[in-house]
Amino acid sequence: MDAPVIVIIGAGPAGTRAAQTVACAGLRPIVLDENQRQGGQIYRRQPENFTRPATKLYGASAASATALHNDFEALRPSIDYRPETQAWGVSDDLLLTECRGHADALRFDGLIIASGATDRIMPCPGWTLPGVFSLGGSQIALKAQACTIGQAPVFMGTGPLLYLVAWQYLQAGVKPRAVLDTSSLTTRLRGLGGLRRRPAVLVQGLRYMADLARAGVRLRSGIRPVRIEARQDGETPCAGAVVWQDGRGRTHRTDCDAVGMGYGLRSETQLADLLKCDFAFDALSRQWLPVTDRDGATSRAGVYLAGDGAGIRGADAAESAGALAALRCLQDMGRPVLESEMTRLRAALEPMNAFRHGLETGFPWPWRHAAALPDETVVCRCENVTAGDIRRAAGPLDSPEINRAKAFVRVGMGRCQGRMCGLAGAEILAAARGIAIEEAGRIRGAAPIKPLPAKIRGVVT
Amino acid sequence: MTGLFRRVAETGRPEIAITVDGHAVTALEGDTILTALLVAGDRLRFNEFDKMPRAGFCLMGACQDCRVWTEDGHELRACSTSVTPGLRIVTKEVPWTRP
Ligand SMILES: Cc1cc2nc3c(=O)[nH]c(=O)nc-3n(C[C@H](O)[C@H](O)[C@H](O)COP(=O)(O)OP(=O)(O)OC[C@H]3O[C@@H](n4cnc5c(N)ncnc54)[C@H](O)[C@@H]3O)c2cc1C
Repeated sequence: MDAPVIVIIGAGPAGTRAAQTVACAGLRPIVLDENQRQGGQIYRRQPENFTRPATKLYGASAASATALHNDFEALRPSIDYRPETQAWGVSDDLLLTECRGHADALRFDGLIIASGATDRIMPCPGWTLPGVFSLGGSQIALKAQACTIGQAPVFMGTGPLLYLVAWQYLQAGVKPRAVLDTSSLTTRLRGLGGLRRRPAVLVQGLRYMADLARAGVRLRSGIRPVRIEARQDGETPCAGAVVWQDGRGRTHRTDCDAVGMGYGLRSETQLADLLKCDFAFDALSRQWLPVTDRDGATSRAGVYLAGDGAGIRGADAAESAGALAALRCLQDMGRPVLESEMTRLRAALEPMNAFRHGLETGFPWPWRHAAALPDETVVCRCENVTAGDIRRAAGPLDSPEINRAKAFVRVGMGRCQGRMCGLAGAEILAAARGIAIEEAGRIRGAAPIKPLPAKIRGVVT
Repeated sequence: MTGLFRRVAETGRPEIAITVDGHAVTALEGDTILTALLVAGDRLRFNEFDKMPRAGFCLMGACQDCRVWTEDGHELRACSTSVTPGLRIVTKEVPWTRP
């Protein structure tokens, strides 16, 4: 019998540890990642000709980053690594991939999806202006390209990444004009119980805030974004100021030349959707997520999820979850695995669940803001669909859920497939109809999950 | 015109000449197309619907709002494509379909 084929999607912390586990068991996994280099989001690598040391790029996580990169390089002879390769669809039992215009169809006996996450976005008037970037994007500019998004940025949103990115900008010599957090201090205290389960991470976050405050960066909590205003020096209108309301409802205007915005993360779940894995509504994050058991096994035999793609638990959890999902996959194939190792990994993940709870409680998605967005606010930036359009779909056009609204007014119909607008769009629809958010549903994944080059060559068997 | 992005390190890399909408732009080896264009300028493209300028958003290949074209009509995602010597980019939708 041929050796079973295990395909791993994503070479971030989760995918890397999954690959290592499979290789240790004597199998040669196929590992594909659309990025040029291994590392995933948090441990994203700079181009090869850049010279900044790991301590500069990854700060407090430098040791973990280096370990993950080195372990992966050591693995290279034992795995079939395919960089710049996107998994874009599923056909029965085949995974459809594309690399620089070449298509391939992979048969698999086990599939471990470690696809990570992107920023969770709450639109606001003006967010499509040049100069407004996602918070993660603001960090990628710095980490992977040694650039800042401007000279006087405002960072707005919520979550620990808000303070981390602002702090990293400060270290790079660019002082943020303000850090505007939609979560209030009282809300954050409510998350403390869970956050305390990882004291080192909590202390690190407090240090970032203290450093920012000491440098004179304006830190504000409990704010509500009003709009991003344009400045126009040249031909192009660009982000020039953020107008926001403080906790008492007073309006402020902060001048800036760039905005980084993000409200925590959302999981990349399209492949699980195409594979027809069961989803369930997660009340904590107000998102629909694929259902997995504690090891990452989905409702579909042979398909496993690990890391942020299965729910946001952070990088350390992603490493443990990647290894655990791989062990479970091997075990389900009838291969011998160390049960004690699985027990150890499950135990390591336990505090991460509490931490995730703390994060979502302390830095909640400000879903009520969606309902209050003015009608003319662009929500879907691909197709330029406004909050008013979604309300029209919800009301006069009587769309009971977001996919119907998509059919009527094209929200989430564009190239990003609702990655940016889907969560806010569902909140607007739910509020307009007076229904619970879970009833508004989720935008369904469709192949190709990201646009493909116009010309594709290769074998689609 | 001032660029949106500011380089804060890694400035000693070799230069690479590219062409954007017929104008010469100097990039550095290792730049993505997005970086090269936003260091030099303040937009990447125009939205098809409201025709307003856009300059990308997510930088991680998710939002697709940084798509530009090569002069021969191939669409590229600027945030995840590196510059190469002699690259010729147009930022307005090309009026012909691909060859
Ligand atoms: C921009 C950003 C910055 C972050 N920064 C921090 C930070 O500084 N500190 C922190 O603690 N946490 C950070 N996080 C959270 C952190 O990324 C995660 O906890 C951790 O990286 C999760 O690891 P992962 O392996 O699950 O996913 P990721 O690291 O996101 O890796 C997923 C990989 O899968 C690939 N992929 C996804 N879909 C496909 C597909 N269809 N085909 C091919 N490849 C695919 C991606 O290219 C990516 O390399 C950040 C998250 C984001 C989005």
